[in-house]
Amino acid sequence: MNGSSYLLAGIIGSFAVSCYALVILPQRQLGGLQPQTVLDEGKITDIYPIDNVSVEKGRAVYASQGCFYCHSQQVRDEQNGTDLMRGWGVRRTVARDYIFEKTPYLGSMRIGPDLANVGSSKWRNEPEDENSKYKPAKRDAAWQLLHLYAPRTVIKISNMPPYRYLFETRKIGGERSADALPLTGRDAPKPGYEVVPKPEAKALVAYLMSLDKSHPLKEVKGSAPEVAAK
Amino acid sequence: MTAAALAPTPKTVALSSAQVQATERAAIDASASGPVLFFFGNAILWLLLTTALGFISSIQLHSPGFLADIPFLTYGRVLPAYNNALGYGWATLSGMGVAVWLLARLCRVVIKLPGVLITGAIFWQVGLTVGIIQILAGKTTGVEGLEIPGSAAVLMLFGYLLIGLWGALLFGYRRQGEAYISVWYLVAALFWFPWTFAVAHIAMALPSVQGVVQSMVAAWATQNFLNVFITAIGLAAAYYLIPKVINRPIHSYNLASTGFWSFILFAGLTGAVRLSGGPLPVWLVTLSIAATILLIVQIVTVSTNLLLTMRGEYHMVYHSPTIRFTFFGAIAFTLASVVGLLSSLRSVDRVLHFTFFQSAQTHLLLYAFFSMVMFGAIYYILPRLVGCEWLSSSMISLHFWGSAYGGGMLIAMLAIGGIAYGSALADPEAIFSQVIQDGAVYYVAGSIAWGMIGVGHLVFALHFLLMLLRIGQPGGEPTLFAPIGEEKH
Repeated sequence: MNGSSYLLAGIIGSFAVSCYALVILPQRQLGGLQPQTVLDEGKITDIYPIDNVSVEKGRAVYASQGCFYCHSQQVRDEQNGTDLMRGWGVRRTVARDYIFEKTPYLGSMRIGPDLANVGSSKWRNEPEDENSKYKPAKRDAAWQLLHLYAPRTVIKISNMPPYRYLFETRKIGGERSADALPLTGRDAPKPGYEVVPKPEAKALVAYLMSLDKSHPLKEVKGSAPEVAAK
Repeated sequence: MTAAALAPTPKTVALSSAQVQATERAAIDASASGPVLFFFGNAILWLLLTTALGFISSIQLHSPGFLADIPFLTYGRVLPAYNNALGYGWATLSGMGVAVWLLARLCRVVIKLPGVLITGAIFWQVGLTVGIIQILAGKTTGVEGLEIPGSAAVLMLFGYLLIGLWGALLFGYRRQGEAYISVWYLVAALFWFPWTFAVAHIAMALPSVQGVVQSMVAAWATQNFLNVFITAIGLAAAYYLIPKVINRPIHSYNLASTGFWSFILFAGLTGAVRLSGGPLPVWLVTLSIAATILLIVQIVTVSTNLLLTMRGEYHMVYHSPTIRFTFFGAIAFTLASVVGLLSSLRSVDRVLHFTFFQSAQTHLLLYAFFSMVMFGAIYYILPRLVGCEWLSSSMISLHFWGSAYGGGMLIAMLAIGGIAYGSALADPEAIFSQVIQDGAVYYVAGSIAWGMIGVGHLVFALHFLLMLLRIGQPGGEPTLFAPIGEEKH
């Protein structure tokens, strides 16, 4: 072999190693992951995760708006950060949590809080202190809609952009619409008008409310005593 | 393999042979000028678009309501559009322009059918334009780093293959027996990019690849793009320009060779550090951290080599625009590599992951290193293609001011802001939105820095346009910031 053969062999070989180690091996290890099932007398009593197709539309809105450039969807363990102590989850997330997501929105940046468990009633982004002015809000669907339309009405110093274009302002015909936003002050529409979510906003919020990766898994130590017992 | 070959400039050659070489160089430059000018001109248009998008996304960080009512300019779309325009628009096109010219010169081959290169660049840019419009319209793939949908990516890949094939042919038909170190890096870059790009897009499309493997593939592709493709082209240019302008051979071919081999072996294994702490098998991240640490061999050898080549000639940064930009880039390469090494360590990553520090690292590599070297290369190459010298050293000076001080300030703000944010969040009682709010000062400073960068880029674009119109100084002597005493050449 002459010099340039070594060069080309080195370049091709090193690429093959890189591709094998970081693409093919991970796929071989993780590509076949199945949901965790719990059997009780031969019957499946519990299965996680499940493929929740009902929120696919909302998932698409989440991607289309680029939510994942500011919000991660992965909870790290105690050794890797304060995620658990902040109330973003009760356990770290692992590969099995994402098996039904074609593209998981793991995220690389946190300009906003992690949303892996935002649909769980236990999720919080403020310390659990009843007397604090930062007392955690109850983040139900109505709260999420209001927050999307005008983040600063619910979090005074929020840095999130408003998504007013996912809503429409329309004239109240007859009765006030049931899902009209309870807006006050300068965010309120003109008298006789109301702000209602477009289908995209509703789908997005339905997706957000579905996010919950707190189900115990046997590979996460300390997360699954009752599952392990069965 | 005997390490590298001839220095770019053999100093002692007989007059007749020098004349022959000059004629040959002129023929090569004439054949390269069409495509290379096309690459550079288009790259600069992308640079201007990138600047506008970067500025918008920076303002949105401290004024979240800015342009928020225009769906296609919401932060979550402007940011990926910015990243793609920067990486695949400005960086790739300027890099390919430099690569083609360097290959032709160093392999001593006249480019046949230069129209193929131009066609390649057109396909690439049609694909990229469609892709960026789709991102702004919300039709992204949702994969961070690989946002451009498959159909547009196929156009880009086809365009790239035309360019890459022509580059490979230049290497195949080289008349220079031993390949210079720059050629090694260029051949590596030409090969790694299309394979990474194709494998990543195919993996994304395969139904069996889903879940966190998708994230791993995206991290791998992003890392290969930045730390192999972009880095290799930047180093190839630096290895050419510094010895050429200083007019002395590279300090050590052995160091250059060691640096190259450690680079090609380890750089492609570093991708998983992007997912450090995430829901992936621990061995993956550990492997990438180990590879990042082993890259220290490359950092030390390349940095030492370039510094020793410059030894005693540091005053050239005051005279030569090419050296000022390229040497700035070379220093930034060392800094970016060292920072990359330190921040890959788990104890550091746990604080800085998910912060603007990562953005600082990307900009250190892609802007302070690569883009600055590309600017230096364009200042060097263009006069050889258009037949006149740059009109004004003050304009070059202003460009340097905007890019070096503006870019430096942007990176510093992102880095300091990221460290402040990461340290604040290490306290689990810290109020999240308050921590973000406290970073406003860094975001505002970042926007000011973008303003400075914008001034630099506008001046550079105007200067480039003047060169295309052949408005410049008469050819022969390069435009310098200040005359060089007896060392003028």
